[in-house]
Amino acid sequence: MKITEPEVRYVAGLANLQLTDSEIARLQKDMDEILTHMDALGELDTSAIEPMAQVLYQSEEATTLREDQPVPPLGSEVALANAPLSGSGYYKVPKVIER
Amino acid sequence: MSVATLTIEQVQAGLAARQFSAVELAQSALEFAQAENPKTNAYLHFCPERALASAERVDRKLAAGEDPGPLAGVPLAVKDVIVTKGVRTTCGSRLLERYIPPYDATAVVRLEQAGAVILGKTNCDEFAMGSSNENSAFGPVRNPVALDRVPGGSSGGSAAAVAQGTAVAALGSDTGGSVRQPASFCGVVGVTPSYGRVSRYGLVAFASSLDHIGPFGRTVRDTALLLETMAGRDECDATSAFAPVPRYSAQLDGKIAGLKLGLPREYFEGLSSESGDRIQQAITLLQKLGCEVRDISLPATKYAVPCYYIIATAEASSNLARYDGVRYTTRANADTLSDMYRTTRGEGFGAECKRRIMLGTYVLSHGYYDAYYLKAQKVRALIAEDFRRAFAAVDAIVAPVSPFAAFKIGEKVDDPLEMYLSDIYTITGDLAGIPCMSVPCGKTAEELPVGLQILARHFDETTMFRLADAFEKAGGCAGSN
Repeated sequence: MKITEPEVRYVAGLANLQLTDSEIARLQKDMDEILTHMDALGELDTSAIEPMAQVLYQSEEATTLREDQPVPPLGSEVALANAPLSGSGYYKVPKVIER
Repeated sequence: MSVATLTIEQVQAGLAARQFSAVELAQSALEFAQAENPKTNAYLHFCPERALASAERVDRKLAAGEDPGPLAGVPLAVKDVIVTKGVRTTCGSRLLERYIPPYDATAVVRLEQAGAVILGKTNCDEFAMGSSNENSAFGPVRNPVALDRVPGGSSGGSAAAVAQGTAVAALGSDTGGSVRQPASFCGVVGVTPSYGRVSRYGLVAFASSLDHIGPFGRTVRDTALLLETMAGRDECDATSAFAPVPRYSAQLDGKIAGLKLGLPREYFEGLSSESGDRIQQAITLLQKLGCEVRDISLPATKYAVPCYYIIATAEASSNLARYDGVRYTTRANADTLSDMYRTTRGEGFGAECKRRIMLGTYVLSHGYYDAYYLKAQKVRALIAEDFRRAFAAVDAIVAPVSPFAAFKIGEKVDDPLEMYLSDIYTITGDLAGIPCMSVPCGKTAEELPVGLQILARHFDETTMFRLADAFEKAGGCAGSN
């Protein structure tokens, strides 16, 4: 078995995902099957291969940094317009520090 | 005028001849789309005010004798993962059900500047994760060609709208085949440009090293026009390329004799016989048009699915971390901050997003990073190297898009691995970052469309479009049974 139920619960904790018991059971089965399939990569010797993190292409030398000129920002009112709860120009969240 | 069959060229001709105004076209397109939409659920919502404002701008320019732009008056559908200022953008997710973006995606800005008229936003798999459009929180899209079948995914709504006639063209996004596969299932043209060709600014991120915006159209020329209009460097996306953008649409001269085409043998194993027959016929036609065909091998192909689903889920788990109940409209009731995160995400994400967040978190977690993520990045390099080597000998590669034609709604929902495996022919192009497209090449005995995939060198969309256009003009899209 590639992944156990306690491991699924541990990963869900890392991902901040609340899952029901039936979701945990289903995910354990699905992840086990998919991770087993992913083992196929182990067949390949990649010790001499550089990892590819981005698509790189030939291009003319160019500066990818724009000039640092100030532009008008969105503004906090617009930025907060989609917030579930905001106040005084900030996002509001449940209290994290007890007085 | 029938909105349902217009091409961009016909829209331009109609406006120039004063057969209709842009506003008249927009009104009749909106009416038709709203009336037809319940059949397929292709659109999630319409934006008539914005559409009419765009159309009025076009009419004013026409009246003043100004150039209204190459896409003047073209009724366009935009996948709901591409943000539109003031117009709801849900990503097919309950979490963003009420999200109103404060800005426009660069692609949207450029298309509207060229005169395009956005009618509304199209349905898709939640956060573009899926191959059948069954993962939308707002219900599946039905394939207009056969209403009991899926339109493909994740850009199923955009492909369906163009096929159904409720938009002349559409924007989708492609991370592992999400433009080409629905294009093939619905019988329209769909293009995934080179990575970096089109700015991703305003495309809600799924897997950032793989995400592309790409166009759908009824003809190759229409997709070429859309791409050349929205492509090019954008300061708002550091990965957008400086490479000059050719006018693809001006180079569709039908002359493809002498082009060398590669047939990758790995792409013909496991192909359904009916789809295989259509592809073989397409290859025969391309040979008649003077192309030289040779067998090639892309040996790393068999590792593409595991490689892709490690990289894509890893990046997704990171990109979707932002939906935590703080910033984006939806928050679950909870007493503590960490409960708020967990409950918002647990209640908000659908099953497929959860599966991918879990896989991605797992492969990036302590002790597994090297075995999965790093390994997959190395295999990705091998896949890209396969293509580099192949393109030293051939000008383009032709292959199927999908192992089979559109399947029945519900047929594959219970087997995520099987669904992932069906992406085999499309994910390689995204991993390598090369341009690729689907062009219709006939139908199965059940009248289901089949798509031919064309892949080309980095930034050589020109060859890809020229080949597809010549194939289309030679009647290849009709195929024969």
